[in-house]
Amino acid sequence: MSNKMHIKMTVNGKAEEFLAEPRELLIYTLRERLNVTGPHIGCETSHCGACTVTLNGKSVKACTLFVAQADGAELTTIEGLGTPDSLHVLQEAFREHHGLQCGYCTPGMITRASKLLEENPTPTEEEVRFGMAGNMCRCTGYQNIVKSILAAAAEMNAAKEAAQ
Amino acid sequence: MSVSKPHPHDSAPLHVTGAARYIDDIPLPANTLHLAFGLAEIAHGRISALDLGAVRSAPGVVMVLEAKDLPGDCDCSPSNHDEPLLSGAHVQYLGQPVFLVVATSHLAARKAARLAKVDYQPRDAILTIEEALAADSRFEDGPRIWERGEAGEAIDTAPHRLEGRIEMGGQEHFYLEGHAAIALPQDGGDMVVHSSTQHPTEVQHKVAHALHLPMSAVRVETRRMGGGFGGKESQGNALAISCAVVARMTGKPVKMRYDRDDDFMITGKRHDFRIDYTVGYDDDGRILGLEFQHFTRCGWAQDLSLPVADRAMLHADNAYWLPHIRIESHRLRTNTQSATAYRGFGGPQGMLGIERVLDHVAHAVGRDPLQVRTANYYAPASDAAPAVQTTPYGQPVQDFILHDLTAKLAAQCNYAERRKAVAEWNAANPLIKRGLALTPVKFGISFTLTHLNQAGALVHVYQDGSVRVNHGGTEMGQGLFQKVAQVAAARFGLPLEAIQITATDTAKVPNTSATAASSGSDLNGMAVKAACDTIRDRIAGFLADQAQCAIAEVQFADGMVSVAGQSMPFAEAAKRAYEGRVSLSSTGFYKTPHVAWDRIAGQGRPFLYFAYGAACSEVVIDTLTGENRILRTDILHDAGASLNPALDIGQVEGGFVQGAGWLTTEELVWDRAGRLRTHAPSTYKIPACSDRPPVFNVSLWDAPNREDTIYRSKAVGEPPFMHGISVLMALSDAIAACGGLYPALNAPATPERILTTLDQVRHV
Ligand code: FES
Ligand code: FES
Repeated sequence: MSNKMHIKMTVNGKAEEFLAEPRELLIYTLRERLNVTGPHIGCETSHCGACTVTLNGKSVKACTLFVAQADGAELTTIEGLGTPDSLHVLQEAFREHHGLQCGYCTPGMITRASKLLEENPTPTEEEVRFGMAGNMCRCTGYQNIVKSILAAAAEMNAAKEAAQ
Repeated sequence: MSVSKPHPHDSAPLHVTGAARYIDDIPLPANTLHLAFGLAEIAHGRISALDLGAVRSAPGVVMVLEAKDLPGDCDCSPSNHDEPLLSGAHVQYLGQPVFLVVATSHLAARKAARLAKVDYQPRDAILTIEEALAADSRFEDGPRIWERGEAGEAIDTAPHRLEGRIEMGGQEHFYLEGHAAIALPQDGGDMVVHSSTQHPTEVQHKVAHALHLPMSAVRVETRRMGGGFGGKESQGNALAISCAVVARMTGKPVKMRYDRDDDFMITGKRHDFRIDYTVGYDDDGRILGLEFQHFTRCGWAQDLSLPVADRAMLHADNAYWLPHIRIESHRLRTNTQSATAYRGFGGPQGMLGIERVLDHVAHAVGRDPLQVRTANYYAPASDAAPAVQTTPYGQPVQDFILHDLTAKLAAQCNYAERRKAVAEWNAANPLIKRGLALTPVKFGISFTLTHLNQAGALVHVYQDGSVRVNHGGTEMGQGLFQKVAQVAAARFGLPLEAIQITATDTAKVPNTSATAASSGSDLNGMAVKAACDTIRDRIAGFLADQAQCAIAEVQFADGMVSVAGQSMPFAEAAKRAYEGRVSLSSTGFYKTPHVAWDRIAGQGRPFLYFAYGAACSEVVIDTLTGENRILRTDILHDAGASLNPALDIGQVEGGFVQGAGWLTTEELVWDRAGRLRTHAPSTYKIPACSDRPPVFNVSLWDAPNREDTIYRSKAVGEPPFMHGISVLMALSDAIAACGGLYPALNAPATPERILTTLDQVRHV
């Protein structure tokens, strides 16, 4: 088709370049075009947060962004945080503190949590609960998700202190 | 030993890195076709003209199928053969699939499905319980009735009586992963299906039926689901059948995934219920006679509604001794989605009925509801009192632990002091009212359809000592695979890492039951244990023979096998056994003992045992707006000797929040045309992170199961869901502080319902 747009973006540090219909939804770009399947599709209406990624330093829901809006952007998905052999502190905390059951919400949760802790490195319980309210989990009742995030925050702060 | 340890979920490293594969993540061959349904726009009637021209000529569309193009009815029903894949001319609910679009991409199929021009001849739709009763629209010939004693007489001669009604809504499962399936055509017409299903054997059965193949020619694989909650017990059949039929027609791989809206509109939900009651009681609130009428909307097809309604009847007693009781259950056919399995399977609805009765009676006698509840509890099991009380359906309650459990929870959460504090708060605050409630759960464990209580396993030990475990259970986040792996590791004395967990596969273990009724680890744990023990005994026999010692002198522990005091790594033992031509592969089988049940008479022992628990919730309401919050919840739950306390506590927390959601924020609204209006998360509100009670204490009642279950553990998937009832009762308690009348609060207790109920209690 003629109305394709030349898109450039960086996904998890890797430069990507392709032609796409500008109204292609970013979640489809990631999952189907670039085979980045960590961000999941839960509702496609920006309510559940399963598709959460970081775009130019902000948490966004990839299901309701056009690829054109991400042209030139720097994107981080769950795959950019760590790997099964070398987990990010938050990933390890979610594993250790049982912050997941079916795991479908987990990539979006952790991606959002990583931003939350950048925005507010020492959140209270309540700030975590409200800061994560845009990400739904149907399995855990959120208890262990909050616990995991607080544990990761404590660990990251301890590491920072030790480094100073 | 690996059992009873709080190991994290086996897939956790994959989940936290986004590497765990769901159906939608499986890489597809380049020529894969994608499907979407076109849905009916009326609740009941006939299609007089169907013009699919625009659908066929839409970009990417390969073909479009109507009912007449299918190879037979392609029935999707798990029970009654009454669910044709596509409607044909007769539409039975708004959202019913009418045609099937086959296209080169998911979005192309979805867009094209909107382009049909359909003319309808609408007929009167039956949408509500009242309409169904008026039209006598029901499944089975008439109501199912179970009774014990003389309920009518006991009520008439009791010192007091009262009547009431509670209405409770259904519930959308909202598994975060919507339904999905893939079919891959094979050599000679065989079919491989990947399905997000709790019941691979049923998918296999239904696909084989649709393709006119023997079950042996269809293989179904399920690695994991992104949540199930009962919603994937039968509702995935339609997608799997569609994919398989199109794969057969085209010879190409085919995938189908429901968009969230379609998932809401097409699939079944929890049954909504209306429960009417008449109760006779004494001055202390002890129930002497009780009559229940259960009315439930089953939707357009039978699906699992009969056993769901049965289980509601089976939980009409919850934890209470009811000497004279009559339960009448109406299973009504309506022009709505076919209601289906949902965590608790009717149990929560039946239980809420009796909890309402207790709450109402306590209000009438002016006592603390907890006091009235415990006064009605089954007598504690004791060796001194061998005459055990029985449930209304005749099962002895031999393991009743709720007296001790309730007392412990009440002490832990300072029930008595907080009851006083709530009263003081309410006396001092005219607008913001608090409420407190402590409610028990007794939930029966086993499938009520007795033949489903069986499971198979297949275990291989390889010559390098690695172990691969397969069983019929499916993983939907509950941690079943990890629990079963813990069992296998314990049997071989191996570290957990030595056990390889694999996808559920109908070619490895046949004739499995759905992973449902909380039975996953009870059944599959036992089957895997049997398979492991067979192999272990073979290895032990061989090594004992070689060493000329007794079999009992061969021990498996800490990754080692010791033979008459000589120790070798398990891998060495496996290698020796292999070289000694010992079979290192075995199936395992388990069937639940002691269960026997006559569902028509309502008599027998449907359950191997009961799981118990209790929850105490404190809430606050704003009497001007109806807004409300849970302030604190304490739960003490019985998981027997837990196989994995961390996973079990996770089930309790998640179950409670889901149960509280059912009774508070999750509202399904159908309009007068039969259209579900709350068909997306924008209008259907499941609990969010900010809704979780700020104080939330969960602990396990750690005592072994009286029955000989796997390591004496208890099933834990469904029972904690019903702890959510404490929230509704606490809300009712808060409203009761505002007026003299009993707050007959219906569920879900949305702010609107709370305001309405407030008005009612104030108008004395
Ligand atoms: S899929 Fe994007 S928010 Fe739900
Ligand atoms: S773990 Fe299943 S949705 Fe969060």
